[in-house]
This record gives sequence, structure tokens and C-alpha cells, in this order.
Amino acid sequence: MLTVSDLRVSYGMSEVIHGINLEVGENETVAIMGRNGMGKTTLFKSLIGMIPCSGGEITFNDKKLSKLQSYQRVASGIAYVPQGRMVFPSLTVEENIMAGLEVTGRRKVPDDIYELFPVLLEMRHRKAGNLSGGQQQQLAIGRALAADPKVLLLDEPTEGIQPSIIKQLATTLNEIKQLRKISIVVSEQVLSFALNVADRMLVIDKGQIVHEAVGEQIDRAHISSYLSV
Amino acid sequence: MGGYTSQELTAIFVMQGFSGLSLFCVFLLMALGLAIIFGQMGVINMAHGEFLTLGAYITWMVSELATQTWPWMQDFYFPLAVVLAFAGTFILGYLVEMLLIRRLYSRPLDTLLATWGLGLILQQIYRSTFGPREVSVTMPDWLMGSWAPTDIIDIPLNGLLVMGITAMMTLLVVILLYRSRWGIKVRATTQNRAMANAAGINTQRVDRFTFALGCGIAGVAGAAFTTIASTGPTTGSLYIVDTFLVVVFGGAASLLGTVVSAFGIAQSQSILEFFLSGSMAKVITLLTVVGILMFRPQGLFASKVRR
Repeated sequence: MLTVSDLRVSYGMSEVIHGINLEVGENETVAIMGRNGMGKTTLFKSLIGMIPCSGGEITFNDKKLSKLQSYQRVASGIAYVPQGRMVFPSLTVEENIMAGLEVTGRRKVPDDIYELFPVLLEMRHRKAGNLSGGQQQQLAIGRALAADPKVLLLDEPTEGIQPSIIKQLATTLNEIKQLRKISIVVSEQVLSFALNVADRMLVIDKGQIVHEAVGEQIDRAHISSYLSV
Repeated sequence: MGGYTSQELTAIFVMQGFSGLSLFCVFLLMALGLAIIFGQMGVINMAHGEFLTLGAYITWMVSELATQTWPWMQDFYFPLAVVLAFAGTFILGYLVEMLLIRRLYSRPLDTLLATWGLGLILQQIYRSTFGPREVSVTMPDWLMGSWAPTDIIDIPLNGLLVMGITAMMTLLVVILLYRSRWGIKVRATTQNRAMANAAGINTQRVDRFTFALGCGIAGVAGAAFTTIASTGPTTGSLYIVDTFLVVVFGGAASLLGTVVSAFGIAQSQSILEFFLSGSMAKVITLLTVVGILMFRPQGLFASKVRR
């Protein structure tokens, strides 16, 4: 469904992503594992169009995305939850979700978002900047889901979140995949979390995919050897 | 105080206070446009005053048309002039964003120079088109005269009209920003342009419309301005510094701050002007503002959230 072929991304003259190939199937969760500085966030930002790619192609259901602006990619069915949440701090929770609704043309926040995240319903008139980190993470996912995506990109969703909430987050992601029949691409350093959600695991190292494993074949020890410094 | 009786002093305060209110209205209308443009795009529009001038000239042209060609329109032309002033400056703002500002985002110094140059060009165009002499509109009869609640207090009617227009525009902007879908898009873009785009908002379109709207409000300010003073090619540039002062003092992207600081600056200017000379009034106002900004560099009102 989402195909990335020979993607290259550079900051100025230095290339950070060296020709990544990636295929995301329907209703599948792919985890991209890697240490800090290996190119996870750069990969995600270039997928959503926040930084341009210098080579290669991103296609989604036969539509070429590489030249499109971010909002056009969102309109074609990709939504993005950035590292560090990046909710709009002085908008209320409800307004944040409505910002995500923009591409669908709908005006009312869909009920299933509040069902997935009851805490957002409770706090819908609060300023998003005053929410806790975990609540902001839920809001960022809710905002992305409001755009009715077919593929949800999550960049390090567990960063800075307490362990009990991380478990809950894994459950929620699995629930979202079930309910909405969408694919999820998640970048992670926390192996236990990734094992809970992923159907397939890729390891990114120095801007290249160096290891891939599906379902049963995922070898915990082997992957954690890539993650340890 | 210089041989005034207490009754006279009250009258002076009321009347100067009221003329301060007229000044406040012009400041506020200018600052509203500037604040939403600066707040959203970080663009400092040095040509903002020239948009006020354009609005004023459009009003003058409609008034000329009304007095010379269609005398029956004379009593009603003003509302039409306000609408046309808004439309004219909105369109010019839209074109300027499309042809100039859009190419200079994230280059604040370049926009500063480019818009300043644009301001000079517009001034010269006005000078060549309308002549260097100041023009004033022919006011409809119902706007002449004043309302006198006591023997020595005179409140001019045109001032009341300007206040009405200002209140309406401010309310409209507040509703647009805080109660409409467009407002959500604008505020999201203001806070994080890249993320707003990645959340599915067409930020380019939002920017263009916001810029045009800010200019349109300056046009309305120009229409209101014609009722209290005459218009020349450099009219707008006289107000631009004060308006920037209002925006910075109030705290960028805070509408309440803009209103309060416009009020404070206009009133202190107008009341001090009566007792001291105009330039001393300006010096005292500026010193006070600078003093306060040293302790509150973020402006009077900045919203309190974690960032």
C-alpha cells in the first residue's frame, strides 16, 4: 500500500538516509527500530513531507507523494504523530482535534476518538499545552486519527512517558488497528513496546535498513544488540 | 493645574479623553491587522500604513463621486465607502502576499526591507495620482455637529461613528479567530506552521487570507480615519511607528493585549498633549512603554501555557 523506494534524504551536502526501501501492507504494523541519530525521525519527516527527499520515490496506492506538500499527503491518507507530540499548546484539546479534521471537511469530532481516549473528552476545553505528556501523546494520536488516515506514522511515541502508560499505549494502538483497519508505522527504541504492537520489525542503522524480521522470527536478542550502545 | 477650575478640568479630561478614544480606534484597527499578520507569519509589514492610506483615498473617491455625480447618495455613501475600502485593500493585500511576501517567509530582515520599499512605492503612486495636497471627504450632514451632554463638554458625532466601526470590526475579528474553523486553522498555523501543514492544513492558503484580511482591516481604519482628519500620501506612515508600539506593548498574538495597549497609548498621548507639547507627550509615552517592556519583554498579555 505504502511503498518507499530508494529514498534519500540530505541535510545540505550530508546525506542522512541512504536509499531506504520499505513496503507497508494493509492492516499491518511495522516497527522501525534504531538508536538515536540513526535516521528514524528524518525518515518519518520525509515521509510526511516536512523535509524534502533528495532522491527516490514514495508511492501510496499508486499515487506519487514525493513532490506533494504535507497537507496533500495527509489528504491522500497518511497521518503523522511527531516525536515530542507537537500539539498546538494554546488551542484547546477539542480545537486540536478539529485542526486534524480539516482535510475531511467534517465539523464534528468523531465519537470513536473520544471512545479511544476518554481523557480527551473530559479535558476537551482545556488548553493542550497544560496537559501532561501522556495526555498530549493521546491528543496527538487523536488529532492524526481525525484526518481518517489509512496509514498512521508514529515517531517514538513512548519517549518521555511513564512505563504504565506505555503498556496502555500499546493496547490502544492494537485497538486502533483493529477498529479502523489501518496500517501503522512506528519508530521505537523501547523493544518491549515494539514487540507488543509490531507484525514486522525493521532495524535502521546509519540511514540504512540492516535487518528485517516478521512475526515469529523476531529475535529479541539480535535486535537489542542493535539498540545497545 | 494652570488656573483651570475643577469643572473645566473635568471637561478637558472628558473631551481629550474622547479625542483619545478616536485615536485609540485608529490605532486599534491598524494594530489588529498588524497583530494578526505579525502573530501568524512573523512578517513585519512596514507598508501597513499605506494600506490605511489606500482605504482613506478610496473613501475620499466615493465621497467625491457622491457629492459631484450622484448628490442623492450623499447621505448614505459612507457605509458603501467602508465596504469598498475593505475590498480594495483586501485585494491589494492578497496580491502583495502572492507576489512578494510568500517568497520571503523565514527571511524577516528581507521582508522588512521589501515591505518598506513597497510602502515608498505606494506613497509615490498616491502622490502621482491624487497630488501631494491633503484631501478631505465631504461628510454627510448627519455626521456633522456634536453631542453636548453639559454646557462645556462637546462630543463630536463622527468620533462616535468611528468607535462604532471599531467595536464592530474588533468583534468580527474575535469571532473569526476564536469561534470559526478558519480561526482554528490560523491559530494552529501561528503556533507551529510545519506541524499544522502535517496535520492537514493548507497553510499557504491560510497565510494568504490572513495577510489580505489584515490589510483589509487597515483599509477600514483608513475609512474611519477620513472622518477625523484629512488624508495625504504619507498619512499612513505617520501612524506605523505608534502601531508597532501598540502591537509590541500588547504582546504579539494577544488580541486583548492589543486592545488594552492601544487604549493606554492613545489616551496617555491625547491627554498629555493638552497639557504639554505634542513631542513631550510622545517622549513620556515612549519612556513609560520602554520602562514597562524592560520588566515584561513578552508584552502586557501573553497566554500562559507550557510550550
